Amino acid sequence: MSQPRDYESIPGTYVYDSRRGREGYALNMFCMSLNKPENRKSFKDNESAYLDRFPLSAEQRRTVLQRDWLGMLKVGGNIYYTIKIAFCDGLTFQDVAGMMSGVSKQTYEQMMLAGGRSPDGNRYKDERKTEQTSG
Amino acid sequence: MAKIIAGIAASHVPAIGVAIDRGMTGTPYWEPLFKGYEPAREWLAKLAPDVAIIVYNDHANALSLEIIPTFLIGVADKFPIADEGFGPRPVPAVQGCAPLAWHLAESLILDEFDMTIANEMPVDHGLTVPLSITCGQPPAWPFRVIPLCVNVVQYPPPTGARCFKLGQAIRRAVEKFDEDLRVVIYGTGGMSHQLQGERAGLINREFDTAFLDGMTRDPMALTKITHTEYMREAGSEGIEMVMWHVMRGALDENVTEIYRHYHVPASNTAAALLILENRTAE
Repeated sequence: MSQPRDYESIPGTYVYDSRRGREGYALNMFCMSLNKPENRKSFKDNESAYLDRFPLSAEQRRTVLQRDWLGMLKVGGNIYYTIKIAFCDGLTFQDVAGMMSGVSKQTYEQMMLAGGRSPDGNRYKDERKTEQTSG
Repeated sequence: MAKIIAGIAASHVPAIGVAIDRGMTGTPYWEPLFKGYEPAREWLAKLAPDVAIIVYNDHANALSLEIIPTFLIGVADKFPIADEGFGPRPVPAVQGCAPLAWHLAESLILDEFDMTIANEMPVDHGLTVPLSITCGQPPAWPFRVIPLCVNVVQYPPPTGARCFKLGQAIRRAVEKFDEDLRVVIYGTGGMSHQLQGERAGLINREFDTAFLDGMTRDPMALTKITHTEYMREAGSEGIEMVMWHVMRGALDENVTEIYRHYHVPASNTAAALLILENRTAE
């Protein structure tokens, strides 16, 4: 990236900008292929063989095979694309959101029912208690 | 002459569509949200518009990363329902309004808004969930629809100010169309939500309330919100609220707020519905 961007200071957030667009193109296009029922079947039948059709990096492959949802974002995944893997697994946006934020399904659901995650303390990386690695 | 008579802002959370399609709207989780949609459905049924321009974003369905249009208008007579990865929603196909859509495409481009034109495309929950919210489950949608897609997936989306100006240009174009059509315009998406990263689940009621108020009181001030401010304050996916500005720009300077509904949570999202009528309407 040619210059620092002010949104880089937001904690726990992976903005799908030009840098991630370049890195994640093949990963996201693999996810896009899962819109077709026949491809969903091929993927589920043999995930590794299906992934061979796409020029993914070793780390991108790993994150898909291990369903490392947060890891996918770090290697260029875009949530609107990676969620299609979750749909294949019968998971919802809320299931995946809970896993990415590192809490149990029940804890995440309760947080949402109680009004969601507060922006207070979550606007800037340096005001967060635990260190984040969204760079 | 065609005329824009009202604007509707509506969230387009996919889980809202799932709740409708699976008959879950009366469950304790969903009932408070759906109860709040009823007055809007009554209002819209009474208004009985001929055409709706629905400003929404596609979510890796009709469009992918191969080609990323910033603004796209659908000019077909019919739009099928997209398979988003778990089969298409069981809702009627969307009937287009090709004569007005083509007129808009031509007028907007000559008015310096460089639209992409789509002759064939499926529509996803971004468009169909707001229809379901405001029309229920009819055997056919009660009006024709012009889909207007805005890129909010690949950063950067167009600015709020640019979206507002597009809305103004849409209004100018609609008013130059010969046929007497009564048109409503939807701005969809939002409100605060973040679907990704360790910060997923962010909701900012204060920001959302000020945004809802500002739509009537001072929409120009809202167009100055920067992309970083949307993402910081309203969550990374809250940035899709730029699409509300297209709707607002197409209305009169002075509008009346007819109805408002705000509910947390709809899955990961603060769901809102806002109805604005032109003071000069009809």
